[in-house]
Amino acid sequence: MSVNHCGDFKQTYKDDMRVLQTRFIRFWVYGFVVFLYVFPLIASTYVVSLTNMIGIAVIGALGINIVTGFTGQISLGQGAFLGVGAFSCAFFMNEWGIPFWLAMPMAGLVTAAVGMIFGIPSLRLKGLYLAIATLAAQFILEYLFLHLEGITGGSNGVMFPSPQVGEFVFDTDQSIYYVIITVAVLTTIYTTNLFRSKDGRAFVAVRDHYLSAEIMGIHLFKYRLLSFAISSFIVGIAGSLWGAYTQYITPEHFTIAESINYLAMIIIGGMGSVLGSIYGAIFMTLVPNLLSYGTSVLANVWAGAGDLIMSLKEGIFGLIVVLFLIFEPDGLAHRWKLIKAYWKLYPFSY
Amino acid sequence: MEFYVQLLISGLVLGSIYALVALGFAIIYKSTSVVNFAQGEFLMVGAYFCFSMVVQYQVPWLWAFLITMVFSVVLALLVERLVLRPMIGEPVISIIMVTIGLSSVLRSVVTAVWGTQIKTYDPPLFPDTPINLAGIPISQVYLWSFGLSVVLLVLFGLFFKYTKAGIAMRATAFSNQVALSMGISVKRIFALAWCISLVVSSIGGILIGNINGINISLGHFGLKVFPAVILGGLDSILGAAVGGIIIGVLENFSDGLLKTWFGLQGIKEVAPFVFLVIILMVKPYGLFGTEEIERV
Repeated sequence: MSVNHCGDFKQTYKDDMRVLQTRFIRFWVYGFVVFLYVFPLIASTYVVSLTNMIGIAVIGALGINIVTGFTGQISLGQGAFLGVGAFSCAFFMNEWGIPFWLAMPMAGLVTAAVGMIFGIPSLRLKGLYLAIATLAAQFILEYLFLHLEGITGGSNGVMFPSPQVGEFVFDTDQSIYYVIITVAVLTTIYTTNLFRSKDGRAFVAVRDHYLSAEIMGIHLFKYRLLSFAISSFIVGIAGSLWGAYTQYITPEHFTIAESINYLAMIIIGGMGSVLGSIYGAIFMTLVPNLLSYGTSVLANVWAGAGDLIMSLKEGIFGLIVVLFLIFEPDGLAHRWKLIKAYWKLYPFSY
Repeated sequence: MEFYVQLLISGLVLGSIYALVALGFAIIYKSTSVVNFAQGEFLMVGAYFCFSMVVQYQVPWLWAFLITMVFSVVLALLVERLVLRPMIGEPVISIIMVTIGLSSVLRSVVTAVWGTQIKTYDPPLFPDTPINLAGIPISQVYLWSFGLSVVLLVLFGLFFKYTKAGIAMRATAFSNQVALSMGISVKRIFALAWCISLVVSSIGGILIGNINGINISLGHFGLKVFPAVILGGLDSILGAAVGGIIIGVLENFSDGLLKTWFGLQGIKEVAPFVFLVIILMVKPYGLFGTEEIERV
């Protein structure tokens, strides 16, 4: 009766394809999920609000990782797609009176449709050219957010009604936490399984060598468009949750800076890795908060520092991205793998 | 009629500056296959540096201009050596992201040093009095900027065609390995490409700073360059010039006309990008770009 497998010893294909390989991992992962659900009872409101932002970022990062990390199509329009999700969800709830639980997937579908429209150039384009096409999508959508005042409220933005079940309204950090974390866990499970399915493997094949993929009978255009659709759907959901969390949305939040932020998340976390999206989301949400904290501490010590550091904050952020790309190009997920491998055989180096 | 001519002229001027910045972009892309998302920020840094020379230190214009060029070269060498050289061989997305990171570093340094207020060159580089051109008053700044941009574009065209360094650059762009085996130092060519690119961007920055004043939003110029270079063809120097001018005119016309006809505001910001999507769908490699042909 061993508690743990000692080594890589599998007898069936099914064993080998398991997501949670050993009883040890299973125990900790289930334990972590349970912990996530009791977490708001013990944590302070500030910590819960941070976790909410991380949860939304995890969903968004998984979305962009599907199209960029797994299918190899750089998307610079992530911020705008978040906005499409948030604004359409608000529109369905405000104008049509649809409850949040239905409006959220509908917003996902709208975002998927918009994502697919801007994915059409992928029929003929790839790499850099496609990245620039999504950059154009970003600016066009930003323009629409500001000028379609009937839907988005222009620069004033719109109120976002809180989700509700019967009489219970999810309008506090603690209550919305459960919605966000549930969706985040479901998205993680979905994405993990997507890449064990036929479609997911087709995505990876398209990324790794699209000519070979095509020769093997993978319909390139179909799968490129499909990856845009799935990714945008998830991003639309993340956008709706962002609306439900902040309760008030303006176009300001959905700029190119947000797109870059998400791209940075998957690069720092690890492209084409589900765990990487999670690490990246945590990292990129915590770093600005740590920087703000550092700024406030320094401002107490040295009066003039505050202004200077405020303006340098964006630069420090950029510097982190640059340093990561130069020194840790495969991201945190890869580093974590190396650390695990190191301890597996410690103290023997081989 | 005068209204249209005004639109055309300011479009041509804007376009010629786009063309300069697009040239800087295309040079880097063609020889090093790096997509530089920080082009607009380099333009901004050049404009601000020249501002400091002219206004804060009262350096005469000619010297300020030369010092700015030297500064651009030094900055280019630093950036190329410290940031881009370690990235050789990395995937496209990493290179895109590294230049995006670089752009936010530059932006924040500029805000830390010069603040966010709009600045103007004083004294201006060109006299501001309008001159009459067939009954239509045109500001001299416009004429000079257009003239200087066109001269620079022609000069660089000749440089690539006839000088040894220019030919070496074209060889490097064609194939790094071939260039290396012919005794061309590819590293030096990469550095040269960055230097030229930053110098022309700085000139673009100074010109646009003379027209509109300098502030942090100059960085947007770098993004407006994408429609221009895609229209012309990413790896074509001539294309950059033609694309820049077409986009500049198109932007001004769509803005002016849609505003007077339909009262639409802010079209200026988005028109080039709508056009960009259309080009990508119809003619993805632009007017003069080399089409990638794949054979198995």
